[in-house]
Amino acid sequence: MRPRRAVAKTYKLYVGGAFVRSESGRSDAVGGVNVPRGSRKDVRDAVKAARGAFAGWSARTAYNRGQVLYRFAEALESRAGELARADGARGEHADAGGGEHADAGGARAGGARGEHTGAGGARADAAADELGAAVDLLVHYAGWTDKLGAVLGGVNPVAGPHLSFSLPEPTGVVAVLAPDAPDVLGLVREVAPCLAAGNTVVALVSRTSPLRPLDLGEIAGVSDIPGGALNLLSGRLDELLAPLCGHRDVNAIVDASGDPSIAATIDELAAETVKRVSRPRPDTDPLTRLEAVLELKTAWHPVDT
Amino acid sequence: MATVTRAALQWDYAPAPEARDAASLRSSYDLFIGGEWVAPARRVATINPATEEPLAEVGSASASEVAAAVAAARAAAPGWAALAPLERGKYVFRIARPLLDQSRDLAVVESLDGGKPIRESRDVDVPLAAAHFFSYAGWADKLSYALGGRSFAPRGVVGQIIPWNFPLLMAAWKLAPALACGNTAVLKPAETTPLTALLLASICEEAELPPGVVNVVTGDGAAGAALVRAEVDKVAFTGSTAVGKEIACALAGTDVALTLELGGKSANIVFEDAAIDQAVEGIVDGIFFNQGHVCCAGSRLLVQESVAEEVVRKLWARMERLRVGDPLDKNTDVGAINSAAQLERITSLVAAGSREGAERRSISCALPDAGYWFPPTLFLDVAPAHRIAVEEIFGPVVSVMTFRTPREAIERANNSAYGLAAGVWTNNGAQAFSVARELRAGVVWQNTYNRFDPTAAFGGYKESGFGREGGPAGLLPYVRLTV
Repeated sequence: MRPRRAVAKTYKLYVGGAFVRSESGRSDAVGGVNVPRGSRKDVRDAVKAARGAFAGWSARTAYNRGQVLYRFAEALESRAGELARADGARGEHADAGGGEHADAGGARAGGARGEHTGAGGARADAAADELGAAVDLLVHYAGWTDKLGAVLGGVNPVAGPHLSFSLPEPTGVVAVLAPDAPDVLGLVREVAPCLAAGNTVVALVSRTSPLRPLDLGEIAGVSDIPGGALNLLSGRLDELLAPLCGHRDVNAIVDASGDPSIAATIDELAAETVKRVSRPRPDTDPLTRLEAVLELKTAWHPVDT
Repeated sequence: MATVTRAALQWDYAPAPEARDAASLRSSYDLFIGGEWVAPARRVATINPATEEPLAEVGSASASEVAAAVAAARAAAPGWAALAPLERGKYVFRIARPLLDQSRDLAVVESLDGGKPIRESRDVDVPLAAAHFFSYAGWADKLSYALGGRSFAPRGVVGQIIPWNFPLLMAAWKLAPALACGNTAVLKPAETTPLTALLLASICEEAELPPGVVNVVTGDGAAGAALVRAEVDKVAFTGSTAVGKEIACALAGTDVALTLELGGKSANIVFEDAAIDQAVEGIVDGIFFNQGHVCCAGSRLLVQESVAEEVVRKLWARMERLRVGDPLDKNTDVGAINSAAQLERITSLVAAGSREGAERRSISCALPDAGYWFPPTLFLDVAPAHRIAVEEIFGPVVSVMTFRTPREAIERANNSAYGLAAGVWTNNGAQAFSVARELRAGVVWQNTYNRFDPTAAFGGYKESGFGREGGPAGLLPYVRLTV
């Protein structure tokens, strides 16, 4: 076979279902790969896309939303091996597989490749575990969509001639600050409950390992998640925090950054438009995550009058 | 100014006053801290807004007095949390029962202190307050069922700041779930309506609640601010959106939990197929109940164009028959505005409405010379950008707008920073439920308005706040979920 050079991937933001460069024209080199450095304007575009997608996504039947999330799980599973090998946290994205990408290292940071053989075995297992856990979480939340009403809502036994019931509804556009690590699982853990509940999401992905999270956009893009329902931005926290958390069309903030030093800033930005802020920990249970991005609506209707 | 007034029909009602002496008011009240009545360093008079006469002197708590109340609540917290849940529930039941025994006293005091018609205090505020304690008392030993099996602990000490529009009822909405979940509380009633919270403190005393479990500190906004900044584990606030945002900023970066029940500019939507006479009653109830001092008041009336003329004609005819006056008269529909400051706010927003070009109609009725009063008012030709269509007036003023299609009604209703409540009037069941689904509001009343119940969650979307009161969802703010 004739030797060939591999085609390197250009990493892009995932906004409104499209893969776009940062409008700012900037990028940051992460492990030798250019990663778009999202800007204030990219945040605005992403929030606009998320708002535009909200009416459609939130109006899907619970069954349909569950199927779409399950499809997301299927699509992630099908690429889990590739992502597990692409251990983004160490800047060896997509070149760990060896032979079939013999030349890919030229376009990537190949320096640390040797680690993968030998001592890398345990790490490869951990990477596979992480991807498996992310897939399983998506399956878990796919099953939540049509249980929310039963668990969080119900008919209210009011003392009067009325049918009164309360049902959960999505809060709206949710800003997610994903943790730096684990880059994929940490992102999936926060966006999955938002999507399952019917929200649309603008997520700022891991600052230190943005490559695999951006790959997740490609997987979402082929899994029937409608364009704009999930938007992924890479960039610097100090630049994007204020435009994202202060955006007037964002209804809730999931701060999973794990960084207590930015909590006060986020809360103050949120207070301007009474955004709901949650700070899930890695072990926070799913129902609590769901509740953080749900409203409860109570309807009353007269009977017997 | 396009003001239209017409003479109201003079109905020949005989006065039917509730006896003033049904209220057992003392001349002076202390702060209720750690189970003791503690003399405050400073007292102020609370007045009857219908007459401007002083009713009693109450404490104006300082920051140190607030801190003392928080310390008392802190001291009581471990014992209260450690009580067997059923025993804790029994204490809460013990609050619910005497509330009804003393319902007349409480209703009269509520109307005297706040200006609301006695019919409302008697039929709504007091019975609902008792119902809230009764309902949440029963949750005390069933919390795990409401929390989806998650493990939990009480938050600890909660600081609760309540408004002046439903003083006793809001105290019940705050205290009942807090106590049932095993928290101790410091309640700060509104500056202009402290009295029924103090009567409630007496009831807690009679119920032999352990000292410090419920503390009541009367005072102004500074006392509220001191409570927010005190050593509390959770703050619950009902009041204006502006103050809610200040509280959220004050707590930024802390791990103090917060729930906010804030303002609204709720849309009441009348479709052409509605039962119009019934809808008119609902519009009146939606905006003139409690002088419009209701966070979920139906202050934006959206009427389908084809029936707008009829709805406005019938609404106006109904408004002209509203009886405005003595809150203690059982025939009174609309009582006194709660305070001079609130009257000033209503007056200035109404002036803005006229200035911006809307057509004002206020009913012509005799208003007492003393006290704070505002005649029931509607505005026609209101544009969506007018201040009276955007800002919460919190008074007996309704802004009327029209729409052509259900889609337009939904978009107009949702075009607000608020999202507390909405009304939908239609005899088309499918339309009622589909519109209700699309409204971004926490409560939607279909062919009814202003219904409340301890089993039904209440609370807002968007800038109307977060967290729910009522029903199992109302427990969540008062527990810390432990993994």
